[in-house]
Amino acid sequence: MRLLPWTIYLSLAGAMLSLAAGRRSAAAARWVALGTAAAAWGLVLAAATGFSPSALPQTLVDLDWIPSMGGRYHLAADGISMTLLVLTGLAATAGILFSWNIGERTGEFFAFYLTLIAGVYGVFLSADALLFFVFYELAIVPKYFLIAIWGSTNREYGAMKLALYSFAGSALVLAGLLWAYATGGAHSFALADLASAAARFPAGQQVAMFALVFFGFAVLAGLFPFHTWAPTGHVAAPTGASMLLAGVVMKLGAYGCLRVAMPLFPAGLAFWQPAIAWLAIIGILYAGLVALVQDDCKFVIGYSSVSHMGFVMLGLAAANPRAVAGAVLQMFSHGVIAGLLFAVVGRMVYDRTHTRRLGDLRLLALYRLLPFAATVFVIAGLASMGFPGFSGFPAELSILMGAWQASPLWAAAAALGVLIAAAFTLRVVQLTFFGGSGSRETPAASAALPPISWPERTGALLLIGAAVVIGLKPDLLLNWIVPSLQSPLFKAVIKGGAP
Amino acid sequence: MTACPILSIAIFAPWAGALLLALVPRASPALSRALALVASLSTLLAGFSAIARFDPNAAGYQLVERHAWVSALNAHYCLGLDGLSLVLVLLTGIVAPAGLLASWRQPREVRLFGILYLVLQGCALGVFLALDFFHWFLFWELSLIPAFFLIKLWGGPGASRAAYQFVIYTLAGSAFLLLGFVALFVASGSLDFDELSRLAATGGLSNRLAALGGFWPKAVFLGVFLGLAVKVPLFPFHTWLPPAYAEAPAGVSMFLTGVMSKMGVYGFLRILWPIFPSEIHAAATPLLWLALGGVVLGAFAALRQRDLKRMIAYSSINHVSYCLLALFAVAAGPLKSAAVASSALGGAILQMFNHGLSASALFLCVGVLEARGGGRRGIGDFGGARSAAPVFAGLCGIAMFSSIGLPGLNGFVGEFLIFRGVFGIVPWAAATACMGVLVTALFYLTFWQRVFHGPRAGVSAGAFPDIAGADRVALAILVALMFLFGIAPQLLVGLFNPLVTAWAGGLPTP
Amino acid sequence: MFFGLFHGIASPLAGSQPLAAAGLDYAGLGRALLPEAALAAGALAVLAVDIALLRAAGTALRFRAAAAIAAVAVVAALAFCLQTGSSGEVFGGVLVLDSLGTAARAALLCLTLVVLGVSAGAAVPRRPAEYCAIILFATAGFTLMAAAQQLLLAFLALELASLSLYVLAGFDLSRPESAEAAMKYFLLGAISSAFLLFGFSLIYGLTGTIDLTQIAIVLARQGPSPLLTVALVMVLVAFGFKAAAAPFHLWAPDVYEGAPAPSAALIASGSKLAGLVLFTRLLWPGLGEAAGDVSSAHFGAGWLPVLAILSGASLLLGNLAALVQTSLRRLLAYSAIAHAGALLLGVIVVGSSGPGPVFYYAATYALATAGAFGIVGILERTGGSLQIAGLAGLSRRSPPLAGCLLVFILSLAGVPPLAGFFGKFAVFAAALKLGGVAGPAGWLAVAAILLSAVALYYYLIVVKQAFVAPAPANPAPITVSPVAAATLVVAAAAIIVLGVFPSLLLGLF
Repeated sequence: MRLLPWTIYLSLAGAMLSLAAGRRSAAAARWVALGTAAAAWGLVLAAATGFSPSALPQTLVDLDWIPSMGGRYHLAADGISMTLLVLTGLAATAGILFSWNIGERTGEFFAFYLTLIAGVYGVFLSADALLFFVFYELAIVPKYFLIAIWGSTNREYGAMKLALYSFAGSALVLAGLLWAYATGGAHSFALADLASAAARFPAGQQVAMFALVFFGFAVLAGLFPFHTWAPTGHVAAPTGASMLLAGVVMKLGAYGCLRVAMPLFPAGLAFWQPAIAWLAIIGILYAGLVALVQDDCKFVIGYSSVSHMGFVMLGLAAANPRAVAGAVLQMFSHGVIAGLLFAVVGRMVYDRTHTRRLGDLRLLALYRLLPFAATVFVIAGLASMGFPGFSGFPAELSILMGAWQASPLWAAAAALGVLIAAAFTLRVVQLTFFGGSGSRETPAASAALPPISWPERTGALLLIGAAVVIGLKPDLLLNWIVPSLQSPLFKAVIKGGAP
Repeated sequence: MTACPILSIAIFAPWAGALLLALVPRASPALSRALALVASLSTLLAGFSAIARFDPNAAGYQLVERHAWVSALNAHYCLGLDGLSLVLVLLTGIVAPAGLLASWRQPREVRLFGILYLVLQGCALGVFLALDFFHWFLFWELSLIPAFFLIKLWGGPGASRAAYQFVIYTLAGSAFLLLGFVALFVASGSLDFDELSRLAATGGLSNRLAALGGFWPKAVFLGVFLGLAVKVPLFPFHTWLPPAYAEAPAGVSMFLTGVMSKMGVYGFLRILWPIFPSEIHAAATPLLWLALGGVVLGAFAALRQRDLKRMIAYSSINHVSYCLLALFAVAAGPLKSAAVASSALGGAILQMFNHGLSASALFLCVGVLEARGGGRRGIGDFGGARSAAPVFAGLCGIAMFSSIGLPGLNGFVGEFLIFRGVFGIVPWAAATACMGVLVTALFYLTFWQRVFHGPRAGVSAGAFPDIAGADRVALAILVALMFLFGIAPQLLVGLFNPLVTAWAGGLPTP
Repeated sequence: MFFGLFHGIASPLAGSQPLAAAGLDYAGLGRALLPEAALAAGALAVLAVDIALLRAAGTALRFRAAAAIAAVAVVAALAFCLQTGSSGEVFGGVLVLDSLGTAARAALLCLTLVVLGVSAGAAVPRRPAEYCAIILFATAGFTLMAAAQQLLLAFLALELASLSLYVLAGFDLSRPESAEAAMKYFLLGAISSAFLLFGFSLIYGLTGTIDLTQIAIVLARQGPSPLLTVALVMVLVAFGFKAAAAPFHLWAPDVYEGAPAPSAALIASGSKLAGLVLFTRLLWPGLGEAAGDVSSAHFGAGWLPVLAILSGASLLLGNLAALVQTSLRRLLAYSAIAHAGALLLGVIVVGSSGPGPVFYYAATYALATAGAFGIVGILERTGGSLQIAGLAGLSRRSPPLAGCLLVFILSLAGVPPLAGFFGKFAVFAAALKLGGVAGPAGWLAVAAILLSAVALYYYLIVVKQAFVAPAPANPAPITVSPVAAATLVVAAAAIIVLGVFPSLLLGLF
């Protein structure tokens, strides 16, 4: 456990090493990056085996940092952090495997990539609001470069939009946090201290502060109507970056809502709860319907990410242990699944066929040319639909149960979202790989496409393995998550019914 | 807990077979077919060993396996066997290999076909044996995927659309089913069917659901009902079925009609009725009308069909609706005596089994006709096939008569018991349903006459070899079973009679 | 003209100045002014060496020699400054070497070192020795500004620095923009100096003393009056000009664009920091009584609300105007205006939170801007004013330059963990501490936070050109002198270190 902070330092070191290695050869940079990411993930898994879940987070590092402002370098981990750390390591390793074919400026690509990962690890480990915010913002600039330099459709616009939206969201968070910090006497940024100080603020102030912080984080989580950056940005990004962005970085926003906004201002949550729930539901339904009519398969997946994050936000809004546990599990599950989907569409299909338009792909009957990719995409699609047997099912089931407890209408509306997800997923799977109606004839001019390389296979198997293992044995993660929700900070805001 | 987990083996043996097939990428078609058939026959083996250990008179579930699974959701891995599930396991054990035999000459991508078919078989068994919602739903949903691909990749010209419609329809129903169970879990804390039914029997479940207020308690019932109704299919949720059955290849249609439609009826008997007895009772009359709609309109629609496969598809709707008719009649009450109820329910179970046999045999026959006709299967495309293929005509005729319900063949017993039971409870419904029987006879006889009798015409005018090879084996076995269970139905009845009697005994009689 | 004025005022003052009990401590004054002495000596040495030894040599050699001597002088001054440390009031309160003063002087000397270092990479000026000498004079003016606690000395130092800067701005004789810049700077600067002097005279007339601590005492007794208001307005106008705050910002874009790059670097960095420290000392310890209150919506009248207005106007104008710039220098100018707004907010909070936040912000901002102008200078070596599009492909053409540019620009944008973020953070936290969001200070803080998201756009445009845009077909070769490169790298490293360990500076207060 004590070694967990090294995930951050390793990633940063790896970033610089990658940059240097990139000057010698692209292959050197790739291997350095893979080694770093795998090593960091290895650290997390090693910590996971020895992890005994408890209500309170376990402190890893606690040093003085800015005494004059009360900011401390305080890293801690509880079950929720561990879940997301495992996800980060997995998504990072898989993402690097799927970026194996980046040939231009490879060293810089992996340098930015690993810096982003370092920031993400930092966010999940932070227990001090200032430190949390520093890591959160640290992640923004590498995202911009990853998309702007190595992206595809509309990349400069997509990158700028993503960066500005993220920064605007964090500006809101900063305003709210500083306000709370200042009003509380400006002694300390520790989450527990801020929470106990905020508990004494008048309700109106709590409501306003909560709005700033929660909706600021929610921008990055893709809550409707702040989600418009997500489809554009994810489509523009290169495959490895999309996997990380949709898979992990969106979870940063939701994690911020859960870890910072909710425990600090319970009165604020109570006020905003219906609004958040309905925005989440609208996001689920609207994004799903838009995904149903897209012509570019990457856009379908981009919108599906917004839809799935809607489930996460609904779980958080319902604010009972079952719903929140489901939301965290969904964060993990969707991280893996989004990675799979983008990997297939971006790396396996687009890099070979150079088209993502469903109208073009349906003529190719790709399931014959790329059977491995077809199988992976079917599995990823099933997982995305929330099909039983994969990690999405226990997560969505738990969220629906928790939502039903809070309000049956919310659960019913969300269940509709499950159906819409099935429809658009089935459509995109069918059109991308299995041709439309009646295209069973051997396609004309089907020159053999390059075979699926070993990094792609490895990455796909890792992700599928995670989806299936957690789908069949969700207790592996739920046994971490559920006890963490018993901590005093969470108990004040997440109430109602034993899980 | 038994020493040997027969039920788990039953479910996972076909899957193991599929895995084996998947790991041998360069298997020859002959090897793939043989491997698939062996794996498929494992179910029959498991069924017989289950019979050996099964005591029909013991109450409750037998050969139970129960392990904790997802503690946060109180979900368990729970399998169990009673008379109803045993009959359905046996049915699956018979129909599945028959379907594979019917697909013996299918040349395209034999290995993938085998893998998908075996996965489908395993899922069906899972549905019949699972007693906890978490993995029951897993099997229920998972069965859609191999079915989808089997229809789409090996089906007729309209297969993609038909498969898509089939899956979407069922998934829509499943979404409602899921929501219903979410509500049940929140109200009761359990996903176990047994616990839920015990809670419902005392009225506790209704009380807890009533706490939701508004129309939500009814919505929960409707949700579970819709999910199951789409699968049966109950009129008017049946529109996905004719295209799907018609476009699917012969072997797959056999499995769909033989086994998958029974999943829906099983769901009604295992889930809806025990958990929502009072709600079904309250809604009985509209439900009876729906079942009757399926019976009568299904039969009339079949009469109008030119496409033989669609004709049998509509006939399936008709036959399966009899089972639901029986159930809704029993739920409607008032019951003069328990015997009436046990007759209806026993008839429903028998009808499930027998229809499985006869419908799959009929699809096999039409598959043969289609293969001979180069893809054509219209009723006007054939004529006088009897003189060209006498064995085939004979076997096909027997299957048709079984479906009509001729005494001496298996189809009669089930229908008779159902009518006897329903007539004793809601005579008007029985009278209306008789129309279905009449019209069924009408269209099957028309089929027989147009295709097999008269001068040789259409496809049968050319080369029309008699049934041979795997087709013949399969059809012969099915027909033999039709005779067997027609003459000696007690072989089956003995397995579930105490169960049905117990059900009937638990119902209120004045 | 100014010196005559000084002499005229000096005599009546000699009588009213309270003498130290032990007599005037000239030794202490000498020790305190050792840095300035070193700088002056260095300037003279530069000129002497150039006249005596290097007349015949090429400009490049002359410049290298001059810069080297200047650097040595600055290092000596820095050593003296650190050695003297924070000894408190000097010479009866004429100077004060408190923590703010010492830290500011050290920072200013370091900034001059940076400017000298990057000047080695820029185009060589025509009269190299004079250039370096005037830089040293300007620095001497800055360090005096940082320590002045007396109206006359403050004005003297300000004028020393300003005059030097006017000349530096016009040093590039090959471009008419330079002369135009110098002229504008001089005219507007002279007007603002006149305002300042008039304001000082009024304050003297009101209080009868030119010592800031004494002024504070007298004003506390007197209370507000119309004359004080006029004096305050005058002082604030000068402050606004010096800090390039709206609406007194009009000189900044032209001067930043026209002046040679090292001069612009000095103007943007040292002048800003020194001016801020000077006026902070003027306003808070000196005119603090007339401050007013901005912590709640019913703000008390005084100069704080006016500063708040200036701050808000600068933030808005600077950020919005920067969005449409195509010239990198003008973009930096408008960014300077925007940062001036935030710095003014920092001045507002000195009363409650001390000078730590504003000093940290100003020092790190100055470092980043100096570095940015250094890069501009290197890229403009072949001539012209750098357009943003001219940065295209910088990451390929010169990776170290691009890397340093990234650090400087992101620090200006306020991206953690660079120093620029913590500067803003400290200032905003202190502003919100004043009264939450109930008063103008809080509103300004929130507005500044939100506008920083807007600002990210134009900063990203700059780095986008450097990193994303492909290099032009025939890129002009970039030669970076090792000294300049080393200076930039050290500056970038300092920004990173000061960002990761903000206590290094914040802990001084």
